[in-house]
Amino acid sequence: MAGKNPKSWDLGGKNFEELASEAAKFKGESLWQDAWRRLKANRTAWWSLLFLGVFMTIAMIAPLMPIPSPVFLDLQLEPQPPIWPWTNFGTGGFEPQYWELSALDNFMVDTRVAIFGDWQTGPWLGTDGKGRDILSRIIWGSRTSILVSLAAAFCSLAIGVSYGAVAGYLGGRIDNLMMRVVDILYSIPFIFLVIFLITIVNEYRAELEDNYGIDRETVFYVVIGAVYWLTMARVVRGQVLSLRNQEFIEAARVLGASTARIVFVHLVPNVLSIVIVYLTLTIPAVMLFEAFLSFLGLGIEPPKVSWGILAVDGSEMVNPVKLYWWLVLFPAGAMGTTLLALNLLGDGLRDALDPKMRGRD
Amino acid sequence: MSSAPLLDVRDLHKHFPVGEKGLFGAHKQLLKAVNGVSFSLERGQCLGLVGESGCGKSTVARAVVGLHPATSGSIRFDGNELVGLSTRGWLPYRRKIQMIFQDPYASLDPRQTVSSILTEPSKIHGLSKPRERKLHAMQLLEAVGLNPRHINRYPHEFSGGQRQRIGIARALALEPELLICDEPVSALDVSIQAQIINLMGELKERFNLSYLFIAHDLAVVRHICDSVAVMYLGRVVEQASRDEIFNDPRHPYTKSLLSAVPVPDPELERARERIVLEGDVPSPLDPPPGCSFAPRCPWRHEVPDDRCNREIPELVERDGRKRSCFLPLAH
Repeated sequence: MAGKNPKSWDLGGKNFEELASEAAKFKGESLWQDAWRRLKANRTAWWSLLFLGVFMTIAMIAPLMPIPSPVFLDLQLEPQPPIWPWTNFGTGGFEPQYWELSALDNFMVDTRVAIFGDWQTGPWLGTDGKGRDILSRIIWGSRTSILVSLAAAFCSLAIGVSYGAVAGYLGGRIDNLMMRVVDILYSIPFIFLVIFLITIVNEYRAELEDNYGIDRETVFYVVIGAVYWLTMARVVRGQVLSLRNQEFIEAARVLGASTARIVFVHLVPNVLSIVIVYLTLTIPAVMLFEAFLSFLGLGIEPPKVSWGILAVDGSEMVNPVKLYWWLVLFPAGAMGTTLLALNLLGDGLRDALDPKMRGRD
Repeated sequence: MSSAPLLDVRDLHKHFPVGEKGLFGAHKQLLKAVNGVSFSLERGQCLGLVGESGCGKSTVARAVVGLHPATSGSIRFDGNELVGLSTRGWLPYRRKIQMIFQDPYASLDPRQTVSSILTEPSKIHGLSKPRERKLHAMQLLEAVGLNPRHINRYPHEFSGGQRQRIGIARALALEPELLICDEPVSALDVSIQAQIINLMGELKERFNLSYLFIAHDLAVVRHICDSVAVMYLGRVVEQASRDEIFNDPRHPYTKSLLSAVPVPDPELERARERIVLEGDVPSPLDPPPGCSFAPRCPWRHEVPDDRCNREIPELVERDGRKRSCFLPLAH
């Protein structure tokens, strides 16, 4: 019998233990490493990535930075224009005024006070009609955008990818059924649903919050999560449909691999490059959706800030008598730059992860 | 020859529904890719399954390894019926029947290292400890003539021939008894083809393997196979030993197939008689009612009563070789 005889594997008395340690020298370059190398070679995408990295870091450590509080009111007569940074450094004492912060954020605020004391930056980007610092509001507002993006990205990855991969791999009737569910969810007009849900939540606000812990923001995130995995599921299903008849999937089946193994070990890693590209293009859409809802007054509520709220505040101040340009230009600029960077990065990732481009720089 | 054959396929059918389908309605047409195939493979032998493109060779291979469940018929491995087995029921046979694929660029997962490709089989079947698995994978690489030090590389870092060797190593990982080879060399350069064929010959001796070797290249089949089954339009028309098929073909289709192989010597090439068939292969959607080869057979008029067009000839064994034809043997 073939393998039952261990002699058949006695290959010239080679020491495979030794070979295994030698093999460590011959590290292969995975497709991921290759893609990373090509992404770094792409200037535009690389700078976009760096920009987004810096932007994310600033948003995360916002409570640590010596900027005025985003909700600290200084009731003046009209908004202050921006001043050149070097002419006004650290005026005014710091008032630790915020909405309800998490323990980590509170700790960061305390640390900030310990490091910088009362010292804080001046109104570098001007103030709004209530005397709140625009720079601080942009930075604190970006946290909302990031949180929303994370929620959408998580739902896309966790629900969308596995749902799409399973539907595509199983095919036939199950695929039909699963994709009809997606179609049905797609057909719901989400703007109306959001308006409807928010109205209900507003009506029974106290009751819902006390009994179920549901507030407007929760509804907001749930809706974002419910919408943003749908397209991902479709994209992944399409990819899996073209992958599932590849010979390496057949090989895994001949080896006796389970459906779960084929989907999550073989199919998902192979669609991940498309997923990542798609994700970098979804996130700007989610950020815009959040801004749009907040603009309509259905998203984040004051005193919390988001870029949508900044847009509302800015647009209210646009009038023919006096142009408070800094109220519109800076928030719009921050949002525009971020969306542009995300799109450029997505474009670069698409090039870097395209197997046909492999080996070229 | 008294013991049961290792692989015995009887009257295998595989039909694919094709064409337009309503929202709830059934498919309109059936594509009879495999329409009553019978052949048998003795232990330790290599059986070549030849035929032109689209005659159902690959479908037979995929049915034997359970990738396409057979519509009807029987596939017996070592006396055990494989048709109708559940996924779980298949598991013990997965270790005994493995497959080598045609395209070395599509048959390896591009995101896995060679190490994970070769250790996956034993992982799935829970065979050995992780460390032993890696050593075993290196032994497999050595066995197929690759450098075991390259175990941490990725498939795209190897050439087509090397990739095919990795594919063979993966198929050997579970120490199978039967290898189904679906045109294992047709995607490779001719010089590489010879290396892979020789490697497969060596491995067959060393690990006591049996091959079901699917090919359309008759020279390759002649080199490696012990016996040959010739397929035409979803049926086996003739099965015999290699020498009998190549030196003394008895079925009209085998004769015309062999006459199409060019001979290197120009004198002989000019002198030899070629059988040029008229017409095209009939569609498997609508196969002829009688012998599937009858519409193109140059000898069909020699059988009385137009029998070829009305009756399907059975695969009959005579003198140790099987043939499905109404013509007298001496023809």
